[in-house]
Amino acid sequence: MDWQAISLSLRLAACTTLLLVAFGLPLAYWLANTRWRGKFFIEALVALPIVLPPTVLGFYVLMAIGPHSPLGRFYESLFGHRLPFTFQGLLLASVLYSLPFAVQPFTSALASVDRRMMEASWCLGVGRLGTFFRVALPLAWPGVLTGMVLSFTHTLGEFGVVLMIGGNLPGVTRTVSISIYDEVQSLNYAAANQTSLALLLFSFAALVVTYGLQRKFIQVWPTR
Amino acid sequence: MADTLTANFRKQFPNGPEIVVDDLRLGAGITVLFGESGSGKTTVLRCLAGLEIPDTGEIRFGSEVWFQKGGKRKAESGNIFASPQERRIGFVPQDYALFPHLTVAGNVGYGLNEPSAAERAARVAETLRWLGLDGLEKRLPRELSGGQQQRVALARAVVRRPKLLLLDEPLAALDTPTRLRLRGELRHLLRQLGIPTILVTHDRFEALALGDQMVVMAEGSNQQSGPVTEVFNRPANLAVAHIAGTETVLPARVLKVESGIVTVAVGEVKLVAVAADFPADATEAHVCIRADDVMLVADALPQASARNRFSATVVSVERDGPLLCAELDCGFPLKALVTPQAAAEMKLQPRAAVGVLIKAPHIHLIPR
Repeated sequence: MDWQAISLSLRLAACTTLLLVAFGLPLAYWLANTRWRGKFFIEALVALPIVLPPTVLGFYVLMAIGPHSPLGRFYESLFGHRLPFTFQGLLLASVLYSLPFAVQPFTSALASVDRRMMEASWCLGVGRLGTFFRVALPLAWPGVLTGMVLSFTHTLGEFGVVLMIGGNLPGVTRTVSISIYDEVQSLNYAAANQTSLALLLFSFAALVVTYGLQRKFIQVWPTR
Repeated sequence: MADTLTANFRKQFPNGPEIVVDDLRLGAGITVLFGESGSGKTTVLRCLAGLEIPDTGEIRFGSEVWFQKGGKRKAESGNIFASPQERRIGFVPQDYALFPHLTVAGNVGYGLNEPSAAERAARVAETLRWLGLDGLEKRLPRELSGGQQQRVALARAVVRRPKLLLLDEPLAALDTPTRLRLRGELRHLLRQLGIPTILVTHDRFEALALGDQMVVMAEGSNQQSGPVTEVFNRPANLAVAHIAGTETVLPARVLKVESGIVTVAVGEVKLVAVAADFPADATEAHVCIRADDVMLVADALPQASARNRFSATVVSVERDGPLLCAELDCGFPLKALVTPQAAAEMKLQPRAAVGVLIKAPHIHLIPR
């Protein structure tokens, strides 16, 4: 088994999930509560990676962060190296690629929190941020957990975007799926099977645990 | 001396009726905001809580301005809106909105911001003890009965010692026996608190049981304000008379409660009523008599004869639709509806003497 690739994939999936929680939750909270008429535009934009071929997404991200784009040049002037074919570049693409898998469950979970609970909290003198952490988030946590597991497992299995942005640098951008592809290309089926099976079992186990937890959770707090 | 709430505002929802609050003034005690569903009373309460923003107008509480926005003078820059957090109110929504993920103690202590945890816990314990909820601290809201949930919601609202308490249909979420039992208890608790309270209800008996003052809402605006009995006995207009629905409401002392039969005294006159669930320890009550339940007979009856029969003097006779409404004096003021034919037969006219009969089941008692 390619332990280096597995550890890299886990690192990438964990970082992606953390970033999606940090940026996806506020975005989801806004989407769930805004009455702005143009919000469908943002929703469509967030959902785009579901339907877009990863190569298309990867291509445009590569163009956007490459040395010929203003963004790429700005990053280079700031950190002294370029984004493509680095872990950071891969992370950025992964966040974009997994965005709908986090933001959609986050949004529906936060939108299903009873507005009267939020109002009760405001009337008890607790501000909007406090209400988010003390009422909205605890009541929405099954959906938030689902979003986190989905983005983690989705990142773990990504291939097309990694190929476009990261290439195949061992320890830097060579993820599990790339490693499997390589083994198959060199007719090393046993190694490919080992890594594939590990990924399959891990993904399945993660989903089983999540859905199992949710079932228990829903029974504990029946929806009205 | 409690602070006075004054409100003048307008609020219109898209495709909804316009809610107009015109010169509402509320002081100490329990004010009932009374009206049929759709009359706009919940919207008014939510505007007072800061959960809805009126289109124009002004809301003041004591020396504070909670809301101010001019109408036509658009350029005016003095718009003020105090958030619900800034108003220091206690708000109990209709179905209580207890936080399902927090225990009773967690719910009650939620809004406390005392720095020390021990102080917070002491305040929570004190409030729970006062409401008879001690021992339930670790329960989740779903493990409580409806009546207990109501008291937890009240505890959560009052533990912060708010300056104004707003209750939206506090008894509507309960089943009927519990509702009747808690009606008297709630008034007792609210009186003990002494916080100015505004309570929304569509139930006239609830209004009578709970309120000191009342404000009647109809067709989206406040129609009449005043002491509860005054509003019922002297409705300012037809809309109020229609929703008040009970022509005679009188304060009474309870004399005897015996197997569903209650004897009360209105002034010097004794009345006997049928009231199955009347609390045995109640000493005060409101007596409600509908004008069409009062029967009149031509001759004066011997004073203090059988039950609920007494002599009266006619004060005035007025037309009320196809019927006539006679205002009587039988030791207390009473209204009766009669047909024009019956009135002619009895020679019903001011200063005439008539006999009055009211069946005991038609006398409705509301314990206070």
